Amino acid sequence: MAVVFEKPKALTDAVLHYCPGCTHGIVHRLVAEVIDELGIEGRTIGIAPVGCSVMAYDYFTVDMVEAAHGRAPAVATGVKRSDPSKIVFTYQGDGDLASIGMCETVHSAARGENITIIFINNAIYGMTGGQMAPTSLPGQVTQTSPYGRNTETQGFPIRVCELLSELDGPAYLERVTVNNVKNVRNAKKAIKKAFQNQIDGKGFSLVEVLSSCPTNWGMTPQKALEWIDEKMIPYYPLGVYRDKDGENNG
Amino acid sequence: MQEKVLMKGNEALAEAAILAGCRHYFGYPITPQTEVAAYMSKKMPKIGGVFLQAESEIAAINMVYGVAATGKRAMTSSSSPGIALKCEGISYLAGSDLPALIVNVQRGGPGLGGIQPSQSDYFLATRGPGHGDFHVIVLAPASVQEMADMTLKGFELADKYRMPCMLLADGTMGQMMEPVVLPDPVELDKTPKDWAVTGTECKREHHIVNSLYLSPKKLEDINLERYERYKKIEEEECLWEEFMMEDAEICIVSCGITARVSRNAILEARKQGIKVGMIRPITLWPFPKKPLLAAAEKVKAFISVELNMGQMKEDIELAVRCKKPVYGCTRVGGMITTVDDILASIKEAVKGDE
Repeated sequence: MAVVFEKPKALTDAVLHYCPGCTHGIVHRLVAEVIDELGIEGRTIGIAPVGCSVMAYDYFTVDMVEAAHGRAPAVATGVKRSDPSKIVFTYQGDGDLASIGMCETVHSAARGENITIIFINNAIYGMTGGQMAPTSLPGQVTQTSPYGRNTETQGFPIRVCELLSELDGPAYLERVTVNNVKNVRNAKKAIKKAFQNQIDGKGFSLVEVLSSCPTNWGMTPQKALEWIDEKMIPYYPLGVYRDKDGENNG
Repeated sequence: MQEKVLMKGNEALAEAAILAGCRHYFGYPITPQTEVAAYMSKKMPKIGGVFLQAESEIAAINMVYGVAATGKRAMTSSSSPGIALKCEGISYLAGSDLPALIVNVQRGGPGLGGIQPSQSDYFLATRGPGHGDFHVIVLAPASVQEMADMTLKGFELADKYRMPCMLLADGTMGQMMEPVVLPDPVELDKTPKDWAVTGTECKREHHIVNSLYLSPKKLEDINLERYERYKKIEEEECLWEEFMMEDAEICIVSCGITARVSRNAILEARKQGIKVGMIRPITLWPFPKKPLLAAAEKVKAFISVELNMGQMKEDIELAVRCKKPVYGCTRVGGMITTVDDILASIKEAVKGDE
């Protein structure tokens, strides 16, 4: 019988612990497909964050390191500097990357560290039960912004790709989402490029993936995907924010 | 055998780290240890090594964590306030069972404190610097020669027991110059470690370097296994030096620069007819409890000479099980104990016994 669909080799058989409708599963799969297609499974090392994807180390078949909260880019820097022939990626959420780890994020980008960062932006802290994230939208109700994020007292969301695009260091910055088939395909292209860049020695590549959190947003999975279109994309426009290749710009 | 050279403590330890096979250094400037970073920035690029000035102490220790995860020797150095920032990363190194060398050239505190020598991080170092149940091996050099030798020893012990090791020097040790015979270069075992992340080459199961265990039973088991290792270290790795202890009636306990001053005070006291000796702990964790307990059978009293408000004194009291009184002779804030300070304490101890 012909095989028409199978699990990427770079994913283990472990059952993902993510909530129904969460897009982490899609992004894990895309990363694994890219690792398979580029034939880099044997020389890739992944860095897991603290947050919902903390147990990513169980899901990828590549060697994995679990980092302290926000420190994945520094750990990745150490791994990469130890052996530049390895392909090193981090997989981080918005609290990890844009709040507690912002310093490590900005400086690894400024150094043009030759690593790949997959950044999941779902505008909320999922693992701890739905608190305000650095990327929560103005007015967004969370456990710690129960009256809606008040920008006067709780500040404004951070647009990571735009912020990093002010630096000379990064080679590639793109924001994508995975809320429909077309966007998933586009996200895969971006993730593949972010890994290919590292293989080619081009330097720091970050792909921000607008993701859904039906559980903590209090929505059905379907409604959550629509919310990305309705609320998130207007604040976080999709697109390429830096591409030293000069391709895909605009 | 290398020839004798005149070197600053910080530079001797940096060169010794290179001779120990360390090719990855991550640091952040802070007085009084910045010479380590300066030395590494000059040397590492010339020998194919990595020097990286990190954006923070926190980033530096996590870069060390990354290199350590790949099974290679890595180090960072700092001084007291910077070490406080590294504590998170040190806890993760301990929790993931990774070897690394952390150098702390201590200055006065708390807070920003000062930049002059101190031993005020004794508690921080010996009680497990970070959250959770753990220890790091703590080495306390008392000469530039030992700055070099202990660096080698630190890497060795860290690798042997898969745990972080801290070289705990006071600012004096980092800043002073003395003749030193540098160690011969170490030939490192290149066999891949069966836990390191080096890429699976699609030939083995993936390795995971991790400190997260959501099963309480599993986490307890891992802690218990780690403490078995700690027990072995306490039994086998204690280092200390005894000075004029054969006939001593008063035993000074001191490490680092204050042990140097204590030697002079002991010689002076003996001229005055008081039999004083010294036990100098070289490992602060594990703490040399056995020789201290043995000494408690012979001496009338102990004096803890240290550059803090009496932190090591507590360990001495525990080690001698309060069999004999333990006096304190302490200076803080960058002030260094003088021979007269120590003589006064010796006389107090003699009087206290009468």
